Amino acid sequence: MPQDKNRQFLDFEKPIRDLFEDIEKLKASAEKNKVDLTDSIRKLEQQIVEKRREITSQLTPWQKVQLSRHPDRPYTKKYIEKMFTDFVELFGDRNVRDDKAMVGGFASLDGQTVMVIGQQKGSNTKMRQLRNFGMANPEGYRKALRLMKLAEKFNKPVVTLIDTPGAYPGLEAEERGQGEAIARNIYEMMRLKVPVVCVIIGEGASGGALGIGIGDRVFMLENSWYTVISPENCSSILWRSWEQKEKAAEQLKLTPDNMYSFGLIDKIIPEPSGGAHWNYDEAAGNLKPHLKEAIRELLAMDPQTRIEKRIEKFSVMGFWDEMPEPKQEPVTQENDQSNQY
Amino acid sequence: MRQEEDFEANLAGEEGKSEETRSSWFKRIKKGILTSTADKKETPEGLWSKCPECGYICTVTELRENLFVCPKCNYHHRIGSAEYFEIIFDDNQYDVMFENIRSRDFLQFTDLKSYGKRLEETWAKTDITDSIRIAAGKVDGEGLVTGCMDFEFIGGSLGSVMGERISRAVDFCLERKMPLLIICKSGGARMMESAFSLMQLAKVSGKLSLLTDAKIPYISLLTDPSFGGISASFGMLGDLNIAEPGALIGFAGPRVIRETIKKDLPEGFQRSEFLLEHGFLDFIVHRRELKEKLAQVLRLFRN
Ligand SMILES: [Zn+2]
Repeated sequence: MPQDKNRQFLDFEKPIRDLFEDIEKLKASAEKNKVDLTDSIRKLEQQIVEKRREITSQLTPWQKVQLSRHPDRPYTKKYIEKMFTDFVELFGDRNVRDDKAMVGGFASLDGQTVMVIGQQKGSNTKMRQLRNFGMANPEGYRKALRLMKLAEKFNKPVVTLIDTPGAYPGLEAEERGQGEAIARNIYEMMRLKVPVVCVIIGEGASGGALGIGIGDRVFMLENSWYTVISPENCSSILWRSWEQKEKAAEQLKLTPDNMYSFGLIDKIIPEPSGGAHWNYDEAAGNLKPHLKEAIRELLAMDPQTRIEKRIEKFSVMGFWDEMPEPKQEPVTQENDQSNQY
Repeated sequence: MRQEEDFEANLAGEEGKSEETRSSWFKRIKKGILTSTADKKETPEGLWSKCPECGYICTVTELRENLFVCPKCNYHHRIGSAEYFEIIFDDNQYDVMFENIRSRDFLQFTDLKSYGKRLEETWAKTDITDSIRIAAGKVDGEGLVTGCMDFEFIGGSLGSVMGERISRAVDFCLERKMPLLIICKSGGARMMESAFSLMQLAKVSGKLSLLTDAKIPYISLLTDPSFGGISASFGMLGDLNIAEPGALIGFAGPRVIRETIKKDLPEGFQRSEFLLEHGFLDFIVHRRELKEKLAQVLRLFRN
């Protein structure tokens, strides 16, 4: 977690930054004038806590998107470090290369071995580039699938932590079949014989998110988003301009409470007030019991039932009108047994 | 960028510039297709078509007789489900199913227009009810359930209705033990249905896995264009993935890739031949040979 003096602030976090600056001034003044300002400082610190709560209680959808991308936000490996022990990172898709935007490996969740997989973002310029901003290439999805199959072989539950602005839209990505890689993962995850729990911890953009997002349980952290396209790209296609991202974020109804009310996710995991970046321990601590509970419930089911329920869970998603169907005589022969499979 | 590569406007529910002219003559000729054979020959006078690939000019009648493939350069024009069904089904006989499932503006999504209004307008100007039609019929005697996308309906976009219709088509296939073909022609997801449209990738893929268990073949035919959620799910999940020549197929659209890598894209990039070369297609099939080839593989699967 960043030191308070190294914290970065979003526009709407500016009141918090001002309070931090006031504290710094008081501290300097206390030092200089040799006076005890502890009480005043404590008051300001209390105000910061309240301000954090106030800000996260009234975020617009776009601000939630911004918060999900906060430069100080914990990423996948941070959650792994805070929730699991004995993490053994495994690399490579056994085919092209190791994709640094997708990480994974065995880890212990209070004694239960799981396979944990997720997109990884970097926390500084150099690392952001190395991690390709959390945008995996096909080999990243294939690496994830390899690890899931490994988990299946040894009957270990799979946990995925999703945080991506999308699958990488590059030339080589297309050459190596980005679409096919994601499609294959979706298909295989549906049929995985072990429990799968997915958590959107930050950005859940489109097929890039869904490519590791088919689970028996799908959770979202309080300040994350999940939908079919990023608000920026949606704005550029539907509004023909990059300027309408806030409107797009609103219209897409991409926030956890919307997703929960639509029945598309199972749970919203609360974050520390002000967002996960204010307290990594608390953020991971909030999530962990929900993971354990889900895995315990899922392990109690038999694999075939689990798979059937998983398919059923996604089969009912969608909305449509159903008009009364006019009865018409079929023109092709009904129930012709001659060429059935 | 060629007009045909710019399918984003279609996804927004607007017709692209080149599409405008093309769909207008398709609409006129479609009237012929949908009525009797006698009317069919009577192409309105002065109806000419210019090939966007080689510039060859011929009458629409001639083009139609050639299955909307340019007689000179083999460019495969975009056609709709009515044309594909006529091409593949014996005697143009087939049963259309699940037409009663219709899109709804559940999220009250509004961009420059409301989704509800867009749907009303689209229904008003076409007799197609959504971006995919499901039909069952015979292909050279072989029973086949086919889902075929209509690009003219909001860019063939993948929304809840497409997901549900395919899902029911799978149930129908399981019940009748019939194989499934999906003819893809889509710019990608229907953004106005937000996460619901994304979840259709999961929904359809899950349903397809039931066909696997029942050992029922599923064939994906990719035509121009097949993008986004289509290629990231059932478009690439066929027991056979096949494509028409020259079709643009990919995950990310050419504009997005160009803007990301800040370079021009190589000639032939994301075309069927490119995908075949990189190992993602079983074969490419000319529209003229489509029916024969389908019947052939269906027989091979069955016998
Ligand atoms: Zn031509």
